[in-house]
Amino acid sequence: MTIRPASDRALLVEFDRAISPEANARVRSLTAALAGLRGILNLHPAFASVLVEFDPRLLGHDAVEALVRERASAALETNAEERLIEIPVRYGGDDGPDLEDVARHASLAAEAVIKLHSSALYTVYFVGFATCFPYLGGLPEALATPRLASPRKLVPAGSVAIGGSQAGIYPLASPGGWRLIGRTPLALFDVHGEPPGLLRMGDRVRFVPMEGWAR
Amino acid sequence: MNQVRVIAPGLESSIQDLGRFGWAHFGVSAAGAADALALRAGNLLVGNAENAAGLEMTLMGVELEFESAAVIALTGSDFGSGLPLWTPIEVPAGDRVRCAATRGGARCYLSVRGGIEAPKIMGSASAHLTTGVGGGRLRKGDVLAIGDAAIRRPRKAARGFPYWNPATTLRVTPGPQAEWFGEEIYRSAYTVSEESSRMGLRLRGQTLTGAGGHMISEGVSLGAVQAPPDGQPIILFVDHQTTGGYPKPANVISADFWRLGQMRPRDEIRFECVTIDQALRFLQEQEEWLYSL
Repeated sequence: MTIRPASDRALLVEFDRAISPEANARVRSLTAALAGLRGILNLHPAFASVLVEFDPRLLGHDAVEALVRERASAALETNAEERLIEIPVRYGGDDGPDLEDVARHASLAAEAVIKLHSSALYTVYFVGFATCFPYLGGLPEALATPRLASPRKLVPAGSVAIGGSQAGIYPLASPGGWRLIGRTPLALFDVHGEPPGLLRMGDRVRFVPMEGWAR
Repeated sequence: MNQVRVIAPGLESSIQDLGRFGWAHFGVSAAGAADALALRAGNLLVGNAENAAGLEMTLMGVELEFESAAVIALTGSDFGSGLPLWTPIEVPAGDRVRCAATRGGARCYLSVRGGIEAPKIMGSASAHLTTGVGGGRLRKGDVLAIGDAAIRRPRKAARGFPYWNPATTLRVTPGPQAEWFGEEIYRSAYTVSEESSRMGLRLRGQTLTGAGGHMISEGVSLGAVQAPPDGQPIILFVDHQTTGGYPKPANVISADFWRLGQMRPRDEIRFECVTIDQALRFLQEQEEWLYSL
């Protein structure tokens, strides 16, 4: 674990410089251990690091670093509940305009892409970027597809996507460069929800093809 | 209930308080006033708690009609209203307040005694303009309710923030990938691009060559100077994304966040590196001024 200042009000706690389930588990437990503490404004977990933003009028870098070291060792004991969330998906057609391209890139039939994508078990590494975007680990290697050379101006909400070796879901309509293979009718973000996001880091995710999908 | 009617909405006006904290792990950024120092000062001047919701105006201001008497303060940049800044003003019932185009920096705040009453979404009334969380831009005909959340008497007129000078130098501390860039960002001036928004201030100038390294996405903080592959820096601002994969040579200090809120397209800026201890001293001075109001 390395800790360094990111700004005069933030520390970056890094467990690794590569993506690994072990580092991500430590990210998850440290995030849980620091949540809600006085003076901690925001926690930004990612693949292998946590950015801790604090109120510099209440806490100093040294105090936050001590807090992180104390909590990081205690947090290893934490055993958060494991949830499996099933995400229904309509694959292909207008819902997944890049399904054929992903199939071509993988030298597979579209049906085989759907089968592979929906049989894998994914883990939510973290939720970030913009408003509840889940970064999923566990995409079958054969499905890894480079991002679009030029991002779409508008990706519909609920689009199920592949970006390189990562899988994700666009919670809101937004610009985006990932390959769209399907779409879910589930709302990933609800401002009035408690919590507002359907998915949390550490959740297991499985995609379930919806009946009657049309290509 | 006391109300204010929006006669003209300005260019990009929205309701803001000090932001929506504690949701970054869901990818929701804080939003909040772009020049929080001006909003806090305005609130203190009219006798509100500093976190009360006020009206943020950008480049071109609003015209409002007050249906009942109110006490307001205008803070930040002069938007040509003809009213004095940084001072409580009594507005009689039926009066209009007309703000126009800025004569200085990018933003002006209108605080009203009692606060603007707006629903708190995830703990804040701030509008996050790209997602619509907490609301959007003000529109013609909107009616704003004035709350009754004042906590003390209005203050006397303040002199503006003593360091007020929206131009030229942004003080930074080294960012997480500072060593990739060496002294690059300190060598030349950058111009604020027209494509800037509350999400990020896009700069144009000398290309940063340290931008080519590979890293995995990590959390990003307010004021982070990030260098995408084209080497043209982007300063992450109040509506910024919560994580990102671009390296960051520097981070604007907290005491200069208000300057970011006042920067306009075509402004020219330079970066100046300070230590974290210096940065915290500047912040301390600013807070002392604020609480002297």
